[in-house]
Amino acid sequence: MDYRLDFAVVWRSFDLLLSGLGLGLALAVVSIFIGSFIGLIAAFAMLSKNKLWRGIAVMYVTAIRNTPILVLIFFTFFALPQFGLRLGKIESFVFTLTLYSGAYLTEVFRGGLIALPTGLREAGLAIGLTEWGTKKNLLIPVMIRNVLPALSNNFISLFKDTSLAAAIAVPELTFYARQINVNSFRVIESWTVASLMYVFACYFIAAGLRLLERKLAIP
Amino acid sequence: MADPLLVIENVHKKFGELDVLSGVDLIVDRSDVVSIIGSSGSGKTTLLRCINLLEDFHEGRILIDGEPIGYMLKNGKRQRLPKSLIAQHRALTGMVFQTFNLFPHLTALKNVTLGLLKVRNLKKEEATEIARHWLDLVGVLDRQDHYPGQLSGGQQQRVAIARAIAMNPKLMLFDEVTSALDPELVNEVLNVIKDLVSDGMTMLLVTHEMRFAYDVSTKVIFMNEGRIAEQGPPSELFNNPQSTRLAEFIQNSTF
Repeated sequence: MDYRLDFAVVWRSFDLLLSGLGLGLALAVVSIFIGSFIGLIAAFAMLSKNKLWRGIAVMYVTAIRNTPILVLIFFTFFALPQFGLRLGKIESFVFTLTLYSGAYLTEVFRGGLIALPTGLREAGLAIGLTEWGTKKNLLIPVMIRNVLPALSNNFISLFKDTSLAAAIAVPELTFYARQINVNSFRVIESWTVASLMYVFACYFIAAGLRLLERKLAIP
Repeated sequence: MADPLLVIENVHKKFGELDVLSGVDLIVDRSDVVSIIGSSGSGKTTLLRCINLLEDFHEGRILIDGEPIGYMLKNGKRQRLPKSLIAQHRALTGMVFQTFNLFPHLTALKNVTLGLLKVRNLKKEEATEIARHWLDLVGVLDRQDHYPGQLSGGQQQRVAIARAIAMNPKLMLFDEVTSALDPELVNEVLNVIKDLVSDGMTMLLVTHEMRFAYDVSTKVIFMNEGRIAEQGPPSELFNNPQSTRLAEFIQNSTF
């Protein structure tokens, strides 16, 4: 093999790769933030006595979790416009990733809610809080703290999934790495740098989230 | 004599097919201290939980200060009240649980202020002042910034009492509050309850502490198979049981 490593081209475009990394992070943060609300609502719906709500939540989670995310991305971007819902590529991707994270977070939150002691809810009701006040002040805050490790894992996994946005030309890290590859034929260099950037980013995100977990842990 | 604080009329409660309460009648006057004794499964705890509406009941009425709680009659049909009213009715009573049930993510102080802020809508300063007052009276003010996980069982239960009583309930309900405690921690909790008794607090206690029930109660009720089998002043009930069930129960209890 007569291939000389030359990272110069990659370094020249490093700011593009960095901006791609930043966009990927932003996409993950926004999606998991909105997805958390969807997940919370769906988790309570799944545990509700109302059959209709439970049915809707189960359908949502089942449908999303059994579809490959790339298919969901293509569906939202290519098929939805046929139904009149035309979104820009970034909006379309955020929409998909939000629905996707919401489905996974539903399961995380549902497990967290089931694991709460029944006495917590009863103690809240006993001091005169309403059902909603008990959820808002007690059940959700305690549950979120308990599932933080699972949330962290989900977040990192979602962040890595943002690389799939390259498939619809969202200018994130993978998109730029491929662009550099195609323009310069620096195959090894561009993908090595992109991989390392993902590795470092995930490592630091994980470290940061562990700090947060420790800070929020219930003594 | 003023109207009784708590009136229970013919309350029935089923779990599925099982009759847990089958026609309970009870009258509790202001400043009464009523101990409920009986073997497990006799319906003691269920009765307490019906009074603060943590359990539904299927027949009968419970009135606090003359007001029927939990249910109303609409076109002759018995209906559970809307949730917001249920919450208001629950606030009439203070409940202390066997397993403390403190809010694990809040400090001792915030365990007490939460209800004052969210239910009674007090200002933060006022809520803190009330909470500190009660934490002081139950002897855990120096632990106000500790989380439940950092407190002993006895301290947790005393915070739980402060949390309930700070809401200014008309009636306190104690559900076997010393059963989950190590023996050496029982007295610190019983002493707090004694202080409340001498302040004239009206209370119902489900308890296995017979000596305590004998000493502090104005009335003891013995429950058996979902009914109040006997009731009366402690000296009468303990020294002169009418039924063989109660005589056996007392004989098998430790004082």
